[in-house]
Amino acid sequence: MNAFLLEYLPIVIFSGIAIVLGAAFLLAPMVLAPSNPDPEKTSAYECGFNPFEDARLKFDVRFYLVSILFIIFDLEVAFLFPWAVSLMDLPEAAQRFAFWSMMVFLGVLTVGFIYEWKKGALEWE
Amino acid sequence: MIPASSLAEALGLAAPELILAVSAMLILVGGAFGGRGSSGVASLSAVAALIGAAVAAAWGDQGVAFRGGFIADDMAAFAKAAIYAASAVAVVLGERWLGRAGNAQFEFPVLILIAALGMGMMASAGDLIHLYVGVELHSLALYVLAAFQRDDARSSEAGLKYFVLGALSSGLLLYGASLIYGFAGSVRFDDIARATAALEGEGTGVLFGLVFVICGLAFKVSAAPFHMWTPDVYEGAPLPMVAFFTTAPKMAALVVLARLLYEGFPEAVDQWRQVVLIVALISMAVGAFAGLAQRNLKRLLAYSSISNMGYALLAISAGTAGGIEGLLIFMVLYMVDSLGLFACLIAANRAGRSMENIGDFSGLSRVNMPLAVTVTVLALSIAGIPPMAGFWAKYFFAFQPAIEAGLWGPAAFGLLTGVVAAFYYLRLVKTIWFDPAPGEADVPPLDAKLIAYASAIWAFPVFYVVVSLIEPYAAQAGRSLGLS
Repeated sequence: MNAFLLEYLPIVIFSGIAIVLGAAFLLAPMVLAPSNPDPEKTSAYECGFNPFEDARLKFDVRFYLVSILFIIFDLEVAFLFPWAVSLMDLPEAAQRFAFWSMMVFLGVLTVGFIYEWKKGALEWE
Repeated sequence: MIPASSLAEALGLAAPELILAVSAMLILVGGAFGGRGSSGVASLSAVAALIGAAVAAAWGDQGVAFRGGFIADDMAAFAKAAIYAASAVAVVLGERWLGRAGNAQFEFPVLILIAALGMGMMASAGDLIHLYVGVELHSLALYVLAAFQRDDARSSEAGLKYFVLGALSSGLLLYGASLIYGFAGSVRFDDIARATAALEGEGTGVLFGLVFVICGLAFKVSAAPFHMWTPDVYEGAPLPMVAFFTTAPKMAALVVLARLLYEGFPEAVDQWRQVVLIVALISMAVGAFAGLAQRNLKRLLAYSSISNMGYALLAISAGTAGGIEGLLIFMVLYMVDSLGLFACLIAANRAGRSMENIGDFSGLSRVNMPLAVTVTVLALSIAGIPPMAGFWAKYFFAFQPAIEAGLWGPAAFGLLTGVVAAFYYLRLVKTIWFDPAPGEADVPPLDAKLIAYASAIWAFPVFYVVVSLIEPYAAQAGRSLGLS
């Protein structure tokens, strides 16, 4: 086994553990869990919808709005993490630049937040 | 070009962008607190910001900033001044139009400002990342503008179509950009030029990427064969938004395409010229022949814009400083004609309904003489009939650089398709002057009327004066890319 392949050893171990654990979680309930099925229990779970019907059904557009707003602020956190980790490794001058760049970005985001708040996008009714 | 030495200097070079970004955010917050009644103030501030940005672009410092990603040179200054001016006209047209439609909202000028900001970024892009950010920033604002009449099914449909096809073209653009980066090893245009020169004939991968980028930008300028979305989107979107779509975004996309080709691939002129020429020729043909079958004026003008993009691409394919100069002046003249024609469409109403079909215009000369004369002048101009502006735009600014570069064949083809396209403009003129009028026309709204008259007066004779004034700047802009 050469050194190059050894670098991938953690992935092999990870896959092995994943397979064993996955199989265990599938098999254990078969043996251990009580089983008394009824139609509602056996049907596929589709968050809030019947599993089999016309795909074109009405549902509230406000769900979209909330999820889009959530994604915006979620991604912002995903962007903040690498910035926070690498900020202190930068040289002094670049550090200041990097800090204020992020502050400007957060400022732009705050403008958007004020807008959505005042427009009432965060209120359900 | 002098690289900016400090951050302050770099921000100074980007002054037009800063003005637009800050004012867009201020108007957004102000509007959110001011509520529905604030749309008038918002539009006024947006126009002021656009004029300020145009002044800052035209008379500001020049140089390169942000590690070569942002270039403020003569070409960027010229393009930005034109883009911001067209955006300001669109704000005026749109604010009044939406007010009459009972949908005046302060978000409209903000969206135009953000679109103008993205387009300015495109005109100044010095690397592929700035190019892409600019393209996305303006496209996303345009999708929303297309769907601005939310209660109108056709407007929503137009917005959705525009979004889906725009996303597809962004995908093509990104794929091409990643190939170029992969093969050339840099996203900066000047580094790409050095890398492709060093590859010496083994740059197939880079050229493959370049073709994808050209296709992506051809989507944005609605050049055939990537024009499918244009007639549908233009037909459904509100009139002042379409007036905006046909002008400023095309200028920005063509300028960024020219900069990418001239600065990034000066060694590969023969290769990219083939691609650009094919797109140009198909656009001219599709715009001319498909336009013949159209009865709806918005669709007709969509095809008209497709064929005009063909002429603009012909100027780019010359690959010379004269080509850039021709492109810039051609686009300015085209933008005025196009804005004027859409202002006429906004001005022409019968019983509260917009005259969208050619038939609606019949006998306009008997109902509203000044408007009839205006439409006629603008239609003749865009058809390229002397002595109007469109004639000089086509033959001297689009065709001549191509002929000087030895591309007389494509130029002759452009001449022929121009004759075909002249038919549908002349049919409109005939309908206006010789057909019986079905009834009285409404009194045209003041803003649209004035903008239409101004464009007609520009198309003949004011442009003779203006062109001689702006030509030195355009020539300087053409030389700014370091070509002969």
